[in-house]
Amino acid sequence: MRRTGATHAALLVLGRDLRLGMRRLSQIGQPIVFFAMVLTLFPLALSPEPALLRSIAPGVLWVAALLASLLALEFLFRSDLEDGTLEQLLLCGQPLALLLTAKVLAHWMLSGLPLVVVSPLLGMMLGMPVESLGTLMVSLVLGTLILSLLGAVGAALTVGARRGSVLMSLLLLPLAMPVLIFGARATDLAMQGESAEGGLWLLAALLILAVTLAPLAIAAAVRISLE
Amino acid sequence: MARFTWFHKLASPPHCYAIAGRCLPWLAWPALVLIVIGMYGGLLRAPADYQQGEAFRIIYIHAPSAWLSLLGYTTMAVAAAVGLIWRMKLAHALAAATAPVGASFALLCLITGSLWGRPMWGAYWAWDARLTTELILLFLYLGYMALRASFDDVGRADRASAVLALVGVINIPIIHFSVYWWNSLHQGSTVLRAGGPAMPASMLWPLLVSFAGFTCLFATIVAIRLRGEILMRERQASWWSSMDSRGAMADE
Repeated sequence: MRRTGATHAALLVLGRDLRLGMRRLSQIGQPIVFFAMVLTLFPLALSPEPALLRSIAPGVLWVAALLASLLALEFLFRSDLEDGTLEQLLLCGQPLALLLTAKVLAHWMLSGLPLVVVSPLLGMMLGMPVESLGTLMVSLVLGTLILSLLGAVGAALTVGARRGSVLMSLLLLPLAMPVLIFGARATDLAMQGESAEGGLWLLAALLILAVTLAPLAIAAAVRISLE
Repeated sequence: MARFTWFHKLASPPHCYAIAGRCLPWLAWPALVLIVIGMYGGLLRAPADYQQGEAFRIIYIHAPSAWLSLLGYTTMAVAAAVGLIWRMKLAHALAAATAPVGASFALLCLITGSLWGRPMWGAYWAWDARLTTELILLFLYLGYMALRASFDDVGRADRASAVLALVGVINIPIIHFSVYWWNSLHQGSTVLRAGGPAMPASMLWPLLVSFAGFTCLFATIVAIRLRGEILMRERQASWWSSMDSRGAMADE
């Protein structure tokens, strides 16, 4: 029997999840469509006046990205719980926290990264100046990574619960507020032509904290959900 | 380790039930006396504030509620950690008993705060950093309680909500500071709260007394709820049928 190292096992999980994700393209598309639709609501609800839209653009983009990544978390563990994959990951003898981190990374590449890619287009539709789009993308890369890690804790806790997805939003939104504050603020500062470094560094610090602690909480939560 | 026997005894439901019952009068009576004295001193004896007039008197309820909403979350998180690490079921029962009490004090703090805000700021609600953090704290409590309520199995509810309580307690300082920075970036710090004049003794002593009184009230309610929680979890057991009406074991 060939013995597999922990890193190799994590890469296998990553590859498997990416492959599975590419076979369900419509599922990847849903959060992006949702993201675009939420953004369309604001000009319709408020007014199409460019000055107003430009001033609310960072906040609106960030709120929409937050909601879209919450929506995407729904798919993170559910099918793996149903077909028993999650149990196999638990039993396979490899460090569970590492395997789940690989899963979260794959999930981010399929749900967070597309949001980052389409965000400049939607930012321009809301009238954001081109120079600030880089900051928007960097802040969204950092922010959606944190949201995926933090969200995985909530998804793992609620995967077996009744009305899991509503409950998950209830648990995660208060915890996600610092990310929203720093991300939207950094984007806003960049739009006004000021330095956005402070907010981005704070987001990066939060990401480091999330990378170090969240995998342990995700693993603990998956163990509880599988009991 | 004979020193720790009291701790292990606490882990046994009948003992904990009996101890909580024995503590009740020692918590409830001081709570009543201290709150009455504190309210008398604060509402009738203390002089009106030279700036805020009579409205400042709400602090005698508002400040203790704010403190207890934080104490409640800390108690809950510590109990949850003890329950997860040492697999102590009673620690989970304590966390479950504390959460609604802490949430009620957070709500009371928000209500009294907005009643105070109306004459002071001219609005019931302002997006002040402290108000916002308190509101998020209430949301954290509600999420915790919702997660607990969504499981039928008590053991799973205990462990899942314990993980959430621990994630929340790491997040509370981050939320606190991020909201402060967010606020200070948007507008100047609220003048009314910054520094502030030192309190004269005639205003301070009723505040300290009502802090002590409300903390005793908090402990009383938690003890009562803990007893209820133990009874509910142990409804299949037989030990409670040998207990007299005051909660003492017949054989003790």
